[in-house]
Amino acid sequence: MSGAQEAALAVQKQDIRSRWLLSAPALLIIFFAAVGPLLVMLLYSFMAKGDYGDVRFGEFSLDGWVSVFFQRDIFDDTLGLADAHLSIIWRSLQLSFFTTLLTLILGFPTAYFIATRPPHSREIWVFLVTIPFWTNLLIRTFAMQQVIRNEGLLNNALIWLGVIERPLQIMYTDTANLLGMTYVYLPLMVLPLYASIEKLDFRLVEAGYDLYASRLQVLRRIVIPLVKPGIIAGSILVFIPSLGAYVIPRVLGGGKNMMLGNLIEMQFGSGRNWPLGAAMSITLMALVMVALIFYVRNASRGGSSHV
Amino acid sequence: MFKSHFDIRSQPGFGLITLFTFFALYLPIAALVIYSFNGAESLSRWDGFSARWFVAAWQNAAVQDAAIRSLVIAIWAAFLATIAATMAALATTRTTPYRGLTFKYALINQPLMVPEIVTAVALLIVFSRIKVWTGYSGLGYLVVAHTAFCIPFAYLPIRARLESMDLTLERAAADLYATRWQTFRHVTLPLLRPAVIAGFMLAFVISLDDVVITEFVKSGGQDTLPTYMLGQLRRETTPEINAIATVFLALSTALVVVFFFINRKKQ
Repeated sequence: MSGAQEAALAVQKQDIRSRWLLSAPALLIIFFAAVGPLLVMLLYSFMAKGDYGDVRFGEFSLDGWVSVFFQRDIFDDTLGLADAHLSIIWRSLQLSFFTTLLTLILGFPTAYFIATRPPHSREIWVFLVTIPFWTNLLIRTFAMQQVIRNEGLLNNALIWLGVIERPLQIMYTDTANLLGMTYVYLPLMVLPLYASIEKLDFRLVEAGYDLYASRLQVLRRIVIPLVKPGIIAGSILVFIPSLGAYVIPRVLGGGKNMMLGNLIEMQFGSGRNWPLGAAMSITLMALVMVALIFYVRNASRGGSSHV
Repeated sequence: MFKSHFDIRSQPGFGLITLFTFFALYLPIAALVIYSFNGAESLSRWDGFSARWFVAAWQNAAVQDAAIRSLVIAIWAAFLATIAATMAALATTRTTPYRGLTFKYALINQPLMVPEIVTAVALLIVFSRIKVWTGYSGLGYLVVAHTAFCIPFAYLPIRARLESMDLTLERAAADLYATRWQTFRHVTLPLLRPAVIAGFMLAFVISLDDVVITEFVKSGGQDTLPTYMLGQLRRETTPEINAIATVFLALSTALVVVFFFINRKKQ
């Protein structure tokens, strides 16, 4: 081996060492305070529950997982479906779906409108979307409460206009959850949509009009297919946090309109069933993973077909 | 010639929906701010303009404690996350692709993929046991937990900047026999500074805003401003909460505005 080769090899070795040393702090912190605990939680979901919370360490049990979906009948000890859990999981999925739909209905025209402004004013519009986005989630949830509570802005306005006589009960309903989540997650829909509409080649739109397409046809056949990656990205960005929402249903939905996040918290609080809570958390994570895989598949397919 | 004024970019009704969207985005915030100047004892009545609840919040010892704790945690977490993220960004950009690189990306971005509530209960499980074992129950747990989820946010702008940076200067430094450290200290870091500041600010805001993970990791008496507010929302709320929220809102908006102008200057 020549000297030059040896030197190159030494540099390469140093390179390998430094790239692991340099990334070590970040990887270790994330392992210690994010990934590691998730693995521990996976173990906990397979243990027997302790009497006052926690688990009986090392005692294997499938009870946690079974009781995510089934419950034992108190009288004859047979397994039936756990209706309470399933209905909360179902409600979380439904609410997340409708939140995504509502943010899309509002977000798409908004993103399109912003993207078709002159470049200078575009920046200001985007900035105006970003400000609520960076505002504390709890504060935005609380702000929504100011609008929809019984003596809030909406009810006062409607009473003043004479539309209704008594305030509408919106707080502590699923409608409150839906409005809150739509409000809080709307910027997450607008921003990726804007990014993809901004790149739209409007010569294709012009070609469509030249071929006597109507506005609706242009929108449906040209614009929407071209910005589909943005639509999917925005939908995923809204759907995932909606599914795991905890603060919004806690503040706006109240005890009767729990979502999956609140059900998980309950198992670690008054429920004192940590294995069940752990199993539910992993179920939630699995649902999120399914959504992410769907996104990655569509994004790669969408990307290649338009190049 | 009906097409002479035909704007191919416009779509009917979109402007109207946009107006509604911005109205909907800002109306609740406006309501929150207006009610914070409410002179009445409770949120259900309006008793004319008054700044009394700002004074009350300012003098409330629990609020002061929580605000200071929030700042201490956010500064530490943002500081540690920015250092870790800068090092990690160097390790993932200034090399040829290697095995384990995808794994690193996945790990660094992991906190973004998992719902907060899931991470929160997982941390509760692990940290509650460590608290029993070691007997230590200080702010360290919150700082570590915050650092972990701040890292991907600090990493994002720093990595983007490193990738778009001109490599000739670094090569020139190496040609002039600068060591790796000298090259980094005198060439890369000065060029990287705006991105490092941006990363720090992002991490700072993200840490300051966190409710869920803090709520599950904190020991007794370790409320931050957001968890204090969450606790107050369970009770009959007074406009004091609005006053706190308004100040918080003003601060984070100011940060975002500064961030916006820093970024604009760079371009």
